[in-house]
Amino acid sequence: MLQQSIKSFIQQDQQIQYLLHLADNALILSHRNSQWCGHGPILEQDIALTNIALDQLGQARNLYQYAALLITEKTGISTTEDQLAYLRDVGEFKNCLLAELPNGDWGQTVLRNFLMGSYQFFLYQELQQLASGQLKAIADKSIKEITYHVRWSADWVVRLGDGTTESHARMVQALELLWSYTGEMLEPCDYEQGLIGTQSSYIKAAWEAKIAAVLAEGNLVHPTNDWMQSGGKKGLHTEHLGYLLAEMQFLQRAYPGLEW
Amino acid sequence: MKLLIQKYLYGDYGDGHAGGLEQATNQDQQKEWPLWEVFIRSKQGLDHKHAGSLHAADATMALENARDVYTRRNEGMSIWVVESKHIHASDPDAAAEFFEPANDKIYRHPSFYDLPDSLKHM
Repeated sequence: MLQQSIKSFIQQDQQIQYLLHLADNALILSHRNSQWCGHGPILEQDIALTNIALDQLGQARNLYQYAALLITEKTGISTTEDQLAYLRDVGEFKNCLLAELPNGDWGQTVLRNFLMGSYQFFLYQELQQLASGQLKAIADKSIKEITYHVRWSADWVVRLGDGTTESHARMVQALELLWSYTGEMLEPCDYEQGLIGTQSSYIKAAWEAKIAAVLAEGNLVHPTNDWMQSGGKKGLHTEHLGYLLAEMQFLQRAYPGLEW
Repeated sequence: MKLLIQKYLYGDYGDGHAGGLEQATNQDQQKEWPLWEVFIRSKQGLDHKHAGSLHAADATMALENARDVYTRRNEGMSIWVVESKHIHASDPDAAAEFFEPANDKIYRHPSFYDLPDSLKHM
């Protein structure tokens, strides 16, 4: 477990919460994508998705390292990226629910990456403009990777949506399943508001336009339901995250500080 | 019964047997994606070099797959892909008449000139 004093510090520091939110999104999505490693539908796509998972892991590391540095500076208690990734419990994770949902089939996986990648793209674009120092540098580096993730996943959404009867049906099903988890990304919570000053209305509009364009190209009907799930950003997660963390954190919990 | 055994070296398919040809004529049963050859240019000013092959459904995917499979370690700055069936290879069985006649014609190499010492890089 994370030291109680660090835990209470995080609860009071919105900047740290914001960084952890960004990092958790990247880490959890990366972990889900990495679960495809060795199971992809074809060797080339297995490598493609594993590359993406590694990109996302790299983004998560940069953000955790930055957060750990700030915590160390502000509290005087030495903190590491590994502690933040492996020693926090479910309720302390701040990723969006969309990231933690199970992978489902290939269609569901690429659609999740498209929905979330597109959001990250516009968000990091804003951060490039508005953030400074370390966070801006992370955004500068990440946006190139994310641009490719969006291109790759959008290609797949169109390919499957506009493909065979079965692939189309599966995409419709995936869209139905994931749609109500998209609203949470676009609805800023307290630690997002005002801190960096990102214009959530701009991100929302740009995201909606991008999604609508790709769905139309993929011959997929845009969902009309607007009731949205939420809670992930505040630590209220689906049952799936606990299982994911149990697997992901096992080694550091069982053998604290282990390196290899 | 006479058996015709053809021995292909790596990368040689023979002309009548070129890569994706069977797949192309069997579109209906085609479950496998066609094969593509990948050429990568590592630096400005160099040539594209054959890097390997991969499967992809179309050119867009072939380029992306090539990027993901062959340029992960910063190997390239430009990629060409071409469907393997469009590459026509010389027949390995014809290697004798194709290549051996050039073996003993050393006078085709420009190596019978006296070059001044000041000339470099020849």
